[in-house]
Amino acid sequence: MRKILLAILLLSLAYLPVWSQTIAITGGKVYPVSGPPIANGTVLIRDGVIVAVGASVNIPAGAQRIDATGKIVTPGLINAITNIGLVEIGQVRDTNDAAAKGSNNIAAAFKVWEGLNPASSVFAPTRSEGVTTVIIAPRGGLVSGQAAAIDLGSGLRSEVIRRSPVAMIAQIDDAQSAGTNSRGELMGKLRALFDDVKFYMAHRLDYDRAATKTLSAPAADLEALIPVIQGRMPIMIDADRVDEIDAALQLARDYSLKLMISGGAESWLAADRLAAAHVPVLTGAMNNIPDSFARLNQRQETAAMLRRAGVQVVLVGNGDGDESRFNARNIKYEAGNAVAYGMNYDDALRAITLAPAELFGLSDRIGSLQAGRDANVVVWSGDPFEFSTRVEHVFIRGRENNEPSRQDLLIERYKPKGSR
Amino acid sequence: MRSLYRISLVACLVLAFSIQQVPLAQQSKDSGQAKPEASPSPSTPPGPGGISTPNADPFPSTYQPFPHRTTLIRNATIMTAAGPTLQNGSVLLRDGKIAAVGTNVSAPADAVVIDGTGKYVTPGIIDVHSHIGDYPAPGVDANSDGNEATNPVTANVWAEHSVWPQDPQFPRALAGGVTTMQILPGSANLIGGRSVVVKVVPARTVQGMKFPGAKYGLKMACGENPKRVYQQRGPSTRMGNVAGYRAAWIQAEAYRRKWDTWNATHKGDAPTRDLGLETLAEVLRGNILVHNHCYRADEMAQMIDIAKEFGYKIRAFHHTVEGYKIADLLKANGIGAAEWADWGGFKMEANDSVKANLAITDAVGARAMIHSDSALGAQRLNQEVAKAMYAGRAAGINITEDQAIKWLTINPAWALGLDDKIGSIEVGKNADVVLWSGNPFSVYSRAEKVWIDGSMLYDRNDKAEKWRTDFELGLVKEDN
Repeated sequence: MRKILLAILLLSLAYLPVWSQTIAITGGKVYPVSGPPIANGTVLIRDGVIVAVGASVNIPAGAQRIDATGKIVTPGLINAITNIGLVEIGQVRDTNDAAAKGSNNIAAAFKVWEGLNPASSVFAPTRSEGVTTVIIAPRGGLVSGQAAAIDLGSGLRSEVIRRSPVAMIAQIDDAQSAGTNSRGELMGKLRALFDDVKFYMAHRLDYDRAATKTLSAPAADLEALIPVIQGRMPIMIDADRVDEIDAALQLARDYSLKLMISGGAESWLAADRLAAAHVPVLTGAMNNIPDSFARLNQRQETAAMLRRAGVQVVLVGNGDGDESRFNARNIKYEAGNAVAYGMNYDDALRAITLAPAELFGLSDRIGSLQAGRDANVVVWSGDPFEFSTRVEHVFIRGRENNEPSRQDLLIERYKPKGSR
Repeated sequence: MRSLYRISLVACLVLAFSIQQVPLAQQSKDSGQAKPEASPSPSTPPGPGGISTPNADPFPSTYQPFPHRTTLIRNATIMTAAGPTLQNGSVLLRDGKIAAVGTNVSAPADAVVIDGTGKYVTPGIIDVHSHIGDYPAPGVDANSDGNEATNPVTANVWAEHSVWPQDPQFPRALAGGVTTMQILPGSANLIGGRSVVVKVVPARTVQGMKFPGAKYGLKMACGENPKRVYQQRGPSTRMGNVAGYRAAWIQAEAYRRKWDTWNATHKGDAPTRDLGLETLAEVLRGNILVHNHCYRADEMAQMIDIAKEFGYKIRAFHHTVEGYKIADLLKANGIGAAEWADWGGFKMEANDSVKANLAITDAVGARAMIHSDSALGAQRLNQEVAKAMYAGRAAGINITEDQAIKWLTINPAWALGLDDKIGSIEVGKNADVVLWSGNPFSVYSRAEKVWIDGSMLYDRNDKAEKWRTDFELGLVKEDN
């Protein structure tokens, strides 16, 4: 009976049109991220949008009040490299939609979100632990394809996609995967591709008449790379060894790319050069193992050291706890570990909220608590990075969705009787 | 995107791409035995390896405790794993043992005194599921030595013969507070071979790391891995898996009888030795502990029945992703459950992973413990336990810190049959101790100092004393 009541309660919560109400989160310590923390602050939400944040906010009569006294209020967390909704079960082929076949290891035209499964069972447990937005990124090949930003709400694919595309994805740390035999050959292939994009832009009519030389990728891929070459779309290049990172910086200079580095195992050795070039790095704080010859100097202090040098840092998982999917929820612990290994607390929080929002062109809508932003907001029982902290409320565009996850239902079924 | 999408290196899943078999005869005989023998001639009596000897120890431990000083850690919060946490407690380490623990321990004249104000002390962490050394870093094919994936039953292989003591993952595990680990063969096979229990200490040989007197383990594996690896030749189904285990035990039982008879009578020629059956016979005699990789609840129940059919005991299931569904069965059969905090979803049999697994397993009364199966996870087992403990509380199961500390220490010590020597802070036990910067269940706490047998082998604040493997010299920068 208790279970049935619980189910009814949960269902009613799930389908209440909470978003259409005015919600006032009061009394908590508010981390806007875009500004200093506000003790005893209020976050006012109306129709899915934040309308006021501050220490003295007038709360309209009839607003739903959430008492956050003694609690922490932050923007919804953003996990910037995931394959949520693209891969359901790693070893079940039919649930894998993250990698394109491409043509000659180039899949620039691949729009990974077109295979997104918004009914993925990973949405609910990730959301319920405070992650409201993720970047879904393609993988494999030399140029993997285009990434998108999605909110972990429920709805149709078109409803959960926040922005697409947000970046082109490529890698220069695996020659084989790029269809080449050496790093040098890989770089040559990438440069030839970019040259061909330029050539294609200049000779489109000839191309359509089949009156040009053969180019290194089909038209759709060349077309998709135009905004990259024009510096309008960021390109995230995976590189680990420090000379790979320098090669990426050179490439960015030569082609005026809006570059981001992911992986970045040895990026701390290039911190000054990354800072000078204003190139951000997406890296983690949970790997110190020289697990390949390209990652000999991988360390847990990387994020802290990059930040100190002035590099913009986004924290993503780099341990092996699968923070790109099943445990994308653990991005907050990546931040906690980054702090344990020298990163400033506010920087670490920024690195999983506003920094990724800025990188992927989302900061006018999410990543901070400011009037006018979408109400992606989390109320935590304490420090978001601590294991002891529980998530109390998660709003995505002002809507709270407490639909139980599969994991919740399994626990409910099997936990010993008498537990609460 | 390789590094970011690196499939979690569930080393058990990783299968050697190219397997070079080294004939046993070519394996090093430099086992440290004090018996320099001339090349065998007909007049030379057979060595002890010539006949089947239960408890034979052909690769004996040469571990010697490192130099140590009498040490008193005081004013610390001490999680003993043997009773309630002591506030403002002291631990005295002397002659490699824990000599005193309590709130009123005075420092002997010769003792190094360490102020533990604001800090925590726990027993050394024990990781019952590691592949460090047999899947070393860097992860190159040349050193990929964890799965002898050439036959579904390879009871004849011993993990220690793959362990590279220069694996840089060892010092990193020590820095995470791990003092003892069991290194297992991978899970490609139904029966993967013998494990080895080592102390996490610098050594030139694996013998120099071996935990003196520790029993061997036998690695077995259920489910998807064996049937995937042997799809072509079989087993290719779960029923094929079960037929495979049973066939092996039938052979083992016959072998055990033949040898037990001969050992009793010494009549006629000794039966011919078979390394694989010898290991299995030792399991049947109770001298080797079974560690069984198994995810699904229904398969664990079947493995329990197989053990009963042949009269052996399963010491612990590993991974045990669905342990929470059959915790009562585990309890009734006295089987330990080694689990992750939150790994799941990487294959079908891991699809029902829940974060309350350890808490439910424990609350029902089975012996629950954390394990890593990962050289990264091994460095943060305290954090894994924190996640699992708080997930239990979120589900309404009140796991205390005093209970959770056992998942890291005394329960895995039991799984290795070493709970009389390690796993708790009690007088007389080995002085394997970790000093933490704060509560080990906080994300911000780190191991500061680690002692093994009373010797401080890790000190976060003393870079000069840092253990650097041969591999790292000249390759990995020193400030790393």
